[in-house]
Amino acid sequence: MTVGLVHYLLVAAALFSLGLFTVVTRRNAVAILMGVELILNAANVNFAAFSKFTTLDIGGQVFSLFGIVLAAAEACVALAIVLAVFRTMRSVDVHDTDTLRG
Amino acid sequence: MGIGDILFAGIALLTVVSAAWVAFSRNIVHSAFALLGTFFGVAGLYVFLSADFLAVVQALVYVGGILVLILFAVMLTGKIGDVKVSNRSAGVLPGLLLLVLLLGLLGALVLATPWQVAGPAEAVPTTAAMGNALLSEYVLPFEVISVLLIAALVGAVTLVRKEEDK
Repeated sequence: MTVGLVHYLLVAAALFSLGLFTVVTRRNAVAILMGVELILNAANVNFAAFSKFTTLDIGGQVFSLFGIVLAAAEACVALAIVLAVFRTMRSVDVHDTDTLRG
Repeated sequence: MGIGDILFAGIALLTVVSAAWVAFSRNIVHSAFALLGTFFGVAGLYVFLSADFLAVVQALVYVGGILVLILFAVMLTGKIGDVKVSNRSAGVLPGLLLLVLLLGLLGALVLATPWQVAGPAEAVPTTAAMGNALLSEYVLPFEVISVLLIAALVGAVTLVRKEEDK
């Protein structure tokens, strides 16, 4: 048995599921961000795996690279927002930041 | 089962176990450090996929940049006193149900789909090919993502800047 496309897809599926679980259950905004990073990593692994096993060209890897750049941009903006929220609310618990709730 | 398969199994296990630790740990500092294992595991998967440039970028950007940023955010937003149980969760049982259902669905999909596998591409250095692709076929996405990156950085600086005295 050699390592094939299916194995990479299964690892990525596990990463995605754990990331989604983190996003829906965590109450700390920074921990939710970690879940988003897991999800983005799963997508990038899939891109690279399909690039190696089905299309046999570099395109999938290029989009993996774009995914990494997007994750970096997302992390820096989201963490800036988290810091700003912490300065005004003294908390990063997403259940506390409900000022706009009617 | 060759040495490559065993290595792959080890790296995949490292990735998934660290990700599970991120999801289930009760201490957010532990979660942040477990993320390190996931990121290095994914870098190892890239090496197995013969994506050498991606593996290095993953190590540099995720481990060197994003992880440090996340650790900074953890340290800056936590109250020093309650760092013990700082990573509370809500609705764990429905979340677990979602996790199991989604994992089952995705796994069944992956195993049931007849993928058009064309055999693994040969392992050649990808850096030069990637540079060519970025400046020819993918030049428009490349430029768009550059603009997005500068907008995100300027936005982040604007968000965290201290208010000036009015």
